[in-house]
Amino acid sequence: MSARSGPRGGEPLLDVRRLRVEFGGRTAAVRGASLSVSKGETHCLVGESGCGKSVTALAVMNLLARGARRQAEVLSFAGQDLLRLSDSRMSRLRGDRMAMIFQEPMTSLNPAYTVGSQMTEVLRRHRGTPRVQAVDRAAELLGRVGITAPGMRLGQYPHQLSGGLRQRVMIAMALMCDPELLVADEPTTALDVTVQAQILRLLAMLQRDLGLGILLITHDLGIVARVADRVSVMYAGEVVESAPTAELFAAPRHPYTRGLLSCVPAPGKTRREDPLGSIPGVVPRIPPGFQGCAFRDRCAHAAASCAAAVPRRPAGPDHEFLCTLPADWVRQEAAA
Amino acid sequence: MSEALSVPRGSGVGRRLALMLGTLIVGVVALAAVLGPSLTPNDPFAQDLGKRLVVPFWMAGGGWEHPLGTDQLGRDYLARLVYGARISMVIGVLTVIASGLIGTTLGVLGGFFGGRMDDVVLFAITCRLSIPVVLVALAVVGLMGNSFTLVILVLGLLLWDRFAVVARSTTMQVRNLDYVSAAWCAGCSRASMLLREVLPNIATHLAVVATLEMALAILLEAALSFLGLGVPPPLPSWGLMIAEAKDYMFFSPWVIMIPGVALFVLVFGINLLGDGLRDMLGTQDAR
Amino acid sequence: MTLFLLRRLAVALLVAITVLTLSFMLTRLSGDLAISIAGPNASQEDVELIRRAYGLDRPLILQYFDWIGRAVLGDFGTSYFFRERVADLIGQRLPITITLGLVGLAIALAVAIPLGIAAAVQEGTWVDRTVMLVALVGQAMPSFWLGLLLMIVLGLQLQLLPISGTGSWEHYVMPGIVLAFSAIPALMRLTRSGMVEALSSDYIRTARAKGLTRLSILAKHALRNAAIPVVSIAAVQLGFMLGGSIVIETVFALHGVGFLAWESISKNDFPVVQAVVLVLALIYIALTLLADLLNAVLDPRLRTE
Repeated sequence: MSARSGPRGGEPLLDVRRLRVEFGGRTAAVRGASLSVSKGETHCLVGESGCGKSVTALAVMNLLARGARRQAEVLSFAGQDLLRLSDSRMSRLRGDRMAMIFQEPMTSLNPAYTVGSQMTEVLRRHRGTPRVQAVDRAAELLGRVGITAPGMRLGQYPHQLSGGLRQRVMIAMALMCDPELLVADEPTTALDVTVQAQILRLLAMLQRDLGLGILLITHDLGIVARVADRVSVMYAGEVVESAPTAELFAAPRHPYTRGLLSCVPAPGKTRREDPLGSIPGVVPRIPPGFQGCAFRDRCAHAAASCAAAVPRRPAGPDHEFLCTLPADWVRQEAAA
Repeated sequence: MSEALSVPRGSGVGRRLALMLGTLIVGVVALAAVLGPSLTPNDPFAQDLGKRLVVPFWMAGGGWEHPLGTDQLGRDYLARLVYGARISMVIGVLTVIASGLIGTTLGVLGGFFGGRMDDVVLFAITCRLSIPVVLVALAVVGLMGNSFTLVILVLGLLLWDRFAVVARSTTMQVRNLDYVSAAWCAGCSRASMLLREVLPNIATHLAVVATLEMALAILLEAALSFLGLGVPPPLPSWGLMIAEAKDYMFFSPWVIMIPGVALFVLVFGINLLGDGLRDMLGTQDAR
Repeated sequence: MTLFLLRRLAVALLVAITVLTLSFMLTRLSGDLAISIAGPNASQEDVELIRRAYGLDRPLILQYFDWIGRAVLGDFGTSYFFRERVADLIGQRLPITITLGLVGLAIALAVAIPLGIAAAVQEGTWVDRTVMLVALVGQAMPSFWLGLLLMIVLGLQLQLLPISGTGSWEHYVMPGIVLAFSAIPALMRLTRSGMVEALSSDYIRTARAKGLTRLSILAKHALRNAAIPVVSIAAVQLGFMLGGSIVIETVFALHGVGFLAWESISKNDFPVVQAVVLVLALIYIALTLLADLLNAVLDPRLRTE
């Protein structure tokens, strides 16, 4: 959860520690979430809808709606303190060195302008590139994200493209200035499954070729298993467990993570007659000043101590979870 | 994303205040219209050429005998103003009843039956909108002679478009609601469907339109009377009072200020009431 | 798209014919036209003479088709009062009314759009509330009274502008302001709601994520989309304003078609009245067509389908 040097080496590209986001003092959407993304790494942030994943992403980009308050111990990108950055300096960073794509490809492009116009304006804003070169760059990137006849697409309006094409355009647009970090908020949720696979493959390829750091937000554990180097599980505004992908799937520690994984059938492992898991209850709305573990009402292992401050426990190299249970509780329970 | 957008909006205190102010204004004018002559001892029609253009009480030389002064024929301005409130309110209410009946009937028929019927209703609305209201109203009154009834009739026949538009769209929405479809399937007759399911559901929307149309009718009546083709003199319509005082306005501006402010405040109040009503009912589409 | 416009054109033609019929019927409302024309002191023979001279003794249906046939060719008959061809009269006066309408519209847009944008950007703040209050005030303002107030203040006290009449460009300023007042509330509300909707849209979030400047986000991305309905409604509002110009032209003695209509109404000059009604209605119909066309041009979703 906290950024660690060591196994992953070097200064993280994006470092978020104890991020808090509140809306009008009524709800705390994010309550002390921490995560980090290194260069060339895909970090997946998973959780149910309403757990604060999107808000975390928007907070990183400073794109929160008016009336939202953002606080953090550390919020830095490539060594720059984002908390101290003025709005105009931040806007110079956005779209240039850090880019973001969204869940709704159908509505995320401006219906009044052509694809080309929307793509080139990024380059012209950040680099002052003349129109002709910007158009060349846009065409090149459209080709790169697998769009045939890019020259023709540049002159088209968003409504003339399918959802999958629009999301490709969004991705290409995000890459216009060669960003170091790409924040992708559920980029495939609105697309159908075959297109989903294409887009994910595209992201993985781009990351490999360009050395992009990706913060991928999703609720789909299948996607996590396929693309993530590292996973953070979010629940009610907190990162409750964070580990390298293989480790997390092999040995999840937080009861919520375990519940989440048991909801997904594993081909070959889950037999037909086995019941799929489910987590009783819904994600609670957390008022400001809430104490203790937010999962305790839905947790099978809840104890009185869960109402107090919850410790952060290491469970192996680069693996942490937020729980009162000891790190080896799963083995103990199995033994008992 | 939903969380990020749920930013609290401004409090409802201002809106409630506006609604209260609107109700207060309309209430006071309505009361004046009902009580009318008993509010002031003076006769709105009694001329006194010896006391022409007496100034209102707050100006030097004014007094309490004629609190708002007198007009160019020496008639008491307060008495005329109060009587004028009655004219404005009666014209506003009756026009809304007439235009509301026409517009709602057309709109509900179009919205409920759809198809050909709806085409006809839409066509009627389009035709109505292309007719210049003020000009036609003036022409009709000019041709047939000034009369109180004619003004109401003409405005009623001309101002039904918004009723029709809103009644049509809301009826369509209601018709497509599940329980209405269910009643339909259960074999209710068309007439009972219209009366029992549709009308009560669109009534709130129509109430909002009614306030807006009442305000418009009052403004139009004043404009017609101002141009001399509305309520016949010596009836003290506020528009007519302004027209009659116009020749004196450069020397004593208060003569047009008093009826003008009354007209403005009443229309403002009705609009406030309508806006407040709409916010309360949560109908955004009435305009 | 072409099909849609053709359909609209057909409906517009039908509407025009209906309005033509209505404006014919309008003049027959008073009963016997001949008596009205002859005036109250005319003898029975005079009335008969007029009836024959104006062809009023023919069956109504014949008169109707005769009138339509001429009107289509631009012949609205001769004015009883001015002794001139009605078409010429209107031709002389119409430019004045259209100028007034355009001045009014320009003022209305210049006020409504910036205020609407300001209200949307500051949604929920005192700026927003003030702008909405301005809209309510504008809606409640009787135009003729506002005209008189401006005459007193700008004309008499400050002596900035001529009080009334026709002539220089200065004569259009005050009537233009008054006319603008009738369109400002609607245009302002529409700009505001369009901007509020645009600003909360996903594509604005994208624009912000692209790091665009605030100016570019507002002016290029949000306003362009919010402007689509505003532009088409502005065309329709111009139609309403021309229709409403009769009151304002009369107040300011500006000799456009509105003033002409008022004079003609008070002189029982029916051919002029019905022609003005028809011309204003036709202009309105043309403007609604223009609005649809503008909509199609501005909205790529309509244009490219």
